Amino acid sequence: MSDRGDFLPGTEFRPHDPAPMPRRSNGHHPSVPAQNGFPPGTAAGTPAAGTPAAGEATADPAAVDPAATGEAAAGPIAVDPAAAGPTAGEAAAGPAAGEPAAAGAPLADSTDAEPTAAGDARTGSSADGEAAVGPTSAGETAVDSIADGETYATDDAYATEAPATGDPDGIVGDVWDQRVAGALSFLRRRLSGQYDVDEFGFDAELTDEVFHPLLKPLYREWFRTEVLDVDHVPAEGGALVVGNHSGTVALDALMLSVALRDQHPQDRHLRLLGADLIFRMPVVSELARKSGTTVACNPDAERLLRTGEVVGVFPEGFKGIGKGYSQRYKLQRFGRGGFVAAALRTGAPIVPVAIVGAEEAYPMLADLKPVARLLGLPFFPVTPTFPALGPLGLVPLPSKWLIQFCPPIPTEHLRDQADDPLVVYNLADQVRETIQHTLHTLLKSRPDPFGL
Amino acid sequence: MSDSPGTVVVTGVSRFLGAHVAARLAADPRIGQVIGLDPADPPAALADTLHGVELVRVDLRSAGSVLADLDVEAVVHLAITSSPYAIQGGRGAMKEHNVIGAMQLLAACQQAPKLRKLVIRSSTAAYGASFRDPAVFTEDTEPREVPRGGFARDILDIEGYLRGFRRRRPDVIGTVLRFAPFIGSRADTSLTRYFSQPFVPTVLGRDARLQFVHVDDALEVLHRSVVEDHPGTFNVAGEGVLALSQAIRRAGRVAVPLPEPGLAGALSAARAAGFGQSGLDQVDLFVHGRVVDTTRLIREFGFTPRSTAAAFDDFIQAHLGGALVSPERLATAEHSILDSIRRVRAARQEAAS
Repeated sequence: MSDRGDFLPGTEFRPHDPAPMPRRSNGHHPSVPAQNGFPPGTAAGTPAAGTPAAGEATADPAAVDPAATGEAAAGPIAVDPAAAGPTAGEAAAGPAAGEPAAAGAPLADSTDAEPTAAGDARTGSSADGEAAVGPTSAGETAVDSIADGETYATDDAYATEAPATGDPDGIVGDVWDQRVAGALSFLRRRLSGQYDVDEFGFDAELTDEVFHPLLKPLYREWFRTEVLDVDHVPAEGGALVVGNHSGTVALDALMLSVALRDQHPQDRHLRLLGADLIFRMPVVSELARKSGTTVACNPDAERLLRTGEVVGVFPEGFKGIGKGYSQRYKLQRFGRGGFVAAALRTGAPIVPVAIVGAEEAYPMLADLKPVARLLGLPFFPVTPTFPALGPLGLVPLPSKWLIQFCPPIPTEHLRDQADDPLVVYNLADQVRETIQHTLHTLLKSRPDPFGL
Repeated sequence: MSDSPGTVVVTGVSRFLGAHVAARLAADPRIGQVIGLDPADPPAALADTLHGVELVRVDLRSAGSVLADLDVEAVVHLAITSSPYAIQGGRGAMKEHNVIGAMQLLAACQQAPKLRKLVIRSSTAAYGASFRDPAVFTEDTEPREVPRGGFARDILDIEGYLRGFRRRRPDVIGTVLRFAPFIGSRADTSLTRYFSQPFVPTVLGRDARLQFVHVDDALEVLHRSVVEDHPGTFNVAGEGVLALSQAIRRAGRVAVPLPEPGLAGALSAARAAGFGQSGLDQVDLFVHGRVVDTTRLIREFGFTPRSTAAAFDDFIQAHLGGALVSPERLATAEHSILDSIRRVRAARQEAAS
């Protein structure tokens, strides 16, 4: 949580940066010669050198990718090659030196690959044309870095200087080294079980390092999500975020949690309340628990609010996500308002939130009720692409998303009235009206659902 | 407290927990006399522990006369077995032992005129197993579904009898201790045997949240509930949570996920083949997980059991032998990979310049 820092994949670390990343850990500095080509034996002789660096570099998005088994291809994220395995770090770090051969080299082969890779590097730097082609053929490297590769490669003078420019102080401690070290240390911690899980099963490290980086391209590039007035969520203490639910699969819940973590000044985690159907399904249930979701019931909601967490709830439930496209942005019934009672008992403010965009991501044209009954699901959607295109139909349409947080509704003064059904109902109604009204306003500001 | 009971009866002294509770009580000067009830003789390993405890070989079904004759003031009922494979006769005998035994003992207690205190070992299995369960159980949470496992059903029955007993004998202080699974270097339960295997079967797609209580802390809580007065029901568990996968990784074992539908069958096949002693109780635990709130225990007993992670660490230290992966080995692998990567890069850079 704490060392997550301020990373934004693809924006902070760009390989073309002329003076890349003065970021280094002090920990391993003394033990390592700072020159360019230190003898390989030195590194082998100081195995501890990697560990201090490791702790710092975990904040790094690249550190995550190997574990995440190659995703994130959607973004302009320069770190992508790292997904091929930590070795790939070199390939991307060295567009200057130009050795595409190592990009796919599996972990264990890295030592064996040495002669070949070195040979390639030599070819690369001597033959201008090839070096220019090199990084390009390496695939996913960001456009910027390719451009740089070309600059270096087409000019002999730069080609020889390139390693020095790209890596002024030797390999140990440069940004790619930190990433590789971070990734390895992350893997080691995960494999030895050295992480914390809270009593709800929430695994903050896994969420921050794996789940959110996987969702961010969707959130940022695909849906171009705009978040408004996120500071209506209090900086500390419990709060109940109540949103409209839509879009066939509950993508809006995931985007809302990414938005809060990404945009809130205090980087708060959203603890979602999910239907028990989620917890019946294997795999899904565990992903949900690990990302901080728990069963939607009052004991859990109140416990989370009492411990000062931001709790996210969608009172419409399946009625919200399972409604047809013609019903879009029409709030469904809010049930009995159990969520309001939870807020009242704990005195946590209620923050209504309106989410626009999810309806168009998976527009539901029909509901195949017999199939749903057969599968034990609350509904079985037919969208323009699903099930017609099979698994491809699971790709959401690139609608434009707006997430508007509304001013918090204080509940502290109503604490002793949590058991009064009328108070609860009226407050639930007020929340519902606020969301509905905000939805209309947002829709006016977004005339084209698929516009930029 | 001055009102520590004079004569205490402990049931189930032929087993680890009963023997140690009896021994600790016998060593406490505040307690007059400790009598161990058990139909079986304690094994040689526990015989030394039971020094100072008067052993009475009697079945719980005929415990009535013993309690009446001895002017017993407190009864600690620990003769509850969690696994049908630990005793002769399988599930049928287990139910007889657990449920009928508790019923008979409570009937005997009801007739014991001087009885002031009754402490019963229960289990967090009393919360059942359901997908709609809250993440954390407090003592007031009611089970939503009757669990599949035999032990959990027995526990529910026993607690039911105790509620009836409390109504009939309101003068007796009844303490129900719902223990999380025991763990620790000394514990030997079906769960510790499960975590001692090199390859640990788990349920595919499920990663239960587990809580443990260290055996030594369990003994302390049991002891305090006899010498002090703590009426009511208490969860006894170590703070914090370990995910099953995390626990297996910490123990250096390798998880083997099996799909749930075939799991019960696979487990019984494994039992028939002579290894593994897991049953539906374990499957339920590994599908649903079980986490309890221990605020009430800490407040009323003034005692905080060591955390789940610390208790599990103690277990790991005692079972390092079977570990396939160790943190040191992982760290070595990490360093060698990092070093070889650095070497390759250095060589390449040299070549390039």
